[in-house]
Amino acid sequence: MELAAILALDVLNGVASLILLCLGLAIIFGMMRIINLAHGEFLMLGAYATVVSTNAGLNIWLAMLVVAPLFVGLVGLVVERCLIRFLYGRLVDTMLATWGLSLAIVGLVTTLYGNTIQGVPTPLGGFSIGEYKSSLYTPFLALMALALLAAVWALLSFTRFGLVARATMQNPNMAAALGVDPKRVYMATFALGAAVTGLAGGLMAPVAGVVPTMGAAYVAKAFITVVGGGAAILSGTAASAALFGFINQTASFLTTPVFGEVALFVTAIVLIRLLPQGISGRFFRGSL
Amino acid sequence: MATSTRRAISLAAQLAALAAAVAGVLYAPAVVDLFDLMQYTFFAAMCILALSLGFIWGFGGILSFGQTAFFGLGAYAYAVAAINFGDSTPALALAVVVPGLFAAALGYFVFYGRISDVYLGVITLTVTLILFNLVNSTAGDEYRIGAAALGGFNGMPSVPTLNMPFDPETILEPEGAWLATAGALILVYVLLRLILASRFGRVAVAIRENETRAALLGYDPRLYKLLVFVIGGGVAGLGGALYANWGAFVSPTIFALSLSAEIIIWVTIGGLGTLIGPVVGCLIIEMLVARIGAQQAVNANLVLGVILVGFVLLLPKGLVPAVRDVALRGLKAVARRPRLPVGVEAVPAEKPSVAE
Repeated sequence: MELAAILALDVLNGVASLILLCLGLAIIFGMMRIINLAHGEFLMLGAYATVVSTNAGLNIWLAMLVVAPLFVGLVGLVVERCLIRFLYGRLVDTMLATWGLSLAIVGLVTTLYGNTIQGVPTPLGGFSIGEYKSSLYTPFLALMALALLAAVWALLSFTRFGLVARATMQNPNMAAALGVDPKRVYMATFALGAAVTGLAGGLMAPVAGVVPTMGAAYVAKAFITVVGGGAAILSGTAASAALFGFINQTASFLTTPVFGEVALFVTAIVLIRLLPQGISGRFFRGSL
Repeated sequence: MATSTRRAISLAAQLAALAAAVAGVLYAPAVVDLFDLMQYTFFAAMCILALSLGFIWGFGGILSFGQTAFFGLGAYAYAVAAINFGDSTPALALAVVVPGLFAAALGYFVFYGRISDVYLGVITLTVTLILFNLVNSTAGDEYRIGAAALGGFNGMPSVPTLNMPFDPETILEPEGAWLATAGALILVYVLLRLILASRFGRVAVAIRENETRAALLGYDPRLYKLLVFVIGGGVAGLGGALYANWGAFVSPTIFALSLSAEIIIWVTIGGLGTLIGPVVGCLIIEMLVARIGAQQAVNANLVLGVILVGFVLLLPKGLVPAVRDVALRGLKAVARRPRLPVGVEAVPAEKPSVAE
């Protein structure tokens, strides 16, 4: 029974981390069809922003929830202005350019902070279930994932910005005819996606090894989850994150973490083969 | 100039370039010292890998982010087979066949599932990561194929190097390994050229240009893409075997993302849609990386990243097509210049776009 509770907690942790990891990507890829291969590096920058500002004496919550998203959102803004905006409509070139960007960011951070693991202590302490102990940070991550999902959903559904952004993604020319500047909407959407990614990076910082190359471990997982989710960026991504997270954690529990990862990837490939439009192409059609 | 004359000149030029390349390969051991020769052997193996992606991406329109999967499989197949057989001849053959079969299985799944281009990139990337994770975790003594322990993250040391075909007693010296590797590079290049000149190659290029039109003309794009992918996989596997032979060592890092990124950079800066471009790009980048590795000031990733971004923004065609365009424009300008009496200034050449 207690073991089952721990396993459930593990699954919750896996699902929550996946949602956090790919929400920013879902916004950028799902709304703009931009394949941002520097996504992992945005996460890494968020984690570094948290670690560096915490070590400089800032409160860890402030560093995680404010500094990380602001900093990475700003980076996203600069990247969109200097790089992405020249490449709209050139899918492969965006992939290549963002891959170049990811290499450059890894190189830059390695030059600045070196190749060693940086860390911050995990806040919140722990609790115990019977004879097993777990960290309170896990349920906190799950709550944050849920809150972030709800916040993005509310932003896209109920605000003027959300309405304009969705309209622009559907038909940029029509939106422009109605007085919206699509360029500014693209810019804002990209920055929003980057900020969400930065926040995720900040939240992962206490539980992940923060190294310049940490992004590579996440980018494929995030992509396969978003692609598996399909066109509905929120419900689809949440559904595929739940499926993949569950399979990953269960397989890890039964065998080893390595086979957990392999199980996740194999499931994802089979899923894309069976449902080329993603989960939401079949099930949550038309939802956000 | 008539088409036939032009074709004859082009063929003669290509044969001359081929002869020069063969002569260079044969002559190199006499003038280059051993350290550099080893370095060149490494470059030649990498150039084969570059050709494999240049072929499938440039002519098949298949952007694979996981060409290292086939490269790594080739290296491991060679290592395992060479240790088990004690002869590198069947090992080399297996290093082409195993990745080729793997490419066939993966390609069947991807192309016959009509998975779109973007997802293809994601899937190839994922497969490479799976292989990396799997091979990385085979460190225990129970993971062995025949006499060969896979070694996990430690890699497989002392992989037998190439011997004369079917004669395991005669191991090739570094000079012989150079001749074999560079010879393989030239052979692969010529083979791919011939494939492209054949009917099959023309259909593959037609499918790259317009898949729907080719399908309506009665060609099955799935089959052609699959075959192009398989050829690319086999070529990459051969590169991997020669790489394993160069260092007598394989480790899971050859499945790593950084190498996948490098191949794409080679092809992008060298020139997509050419065969010589990826080779040129590979040589430039690998020499640059070797230089950067020798000093401590700038990080190699930073330089590579900036180069890639710069090329995508400023010279998306790559070096070889850009140089070729400039050269062709110059030639045309010379050819079109009217023969004027001595002492009369020639009119400046018009813009080619107007003339064509």
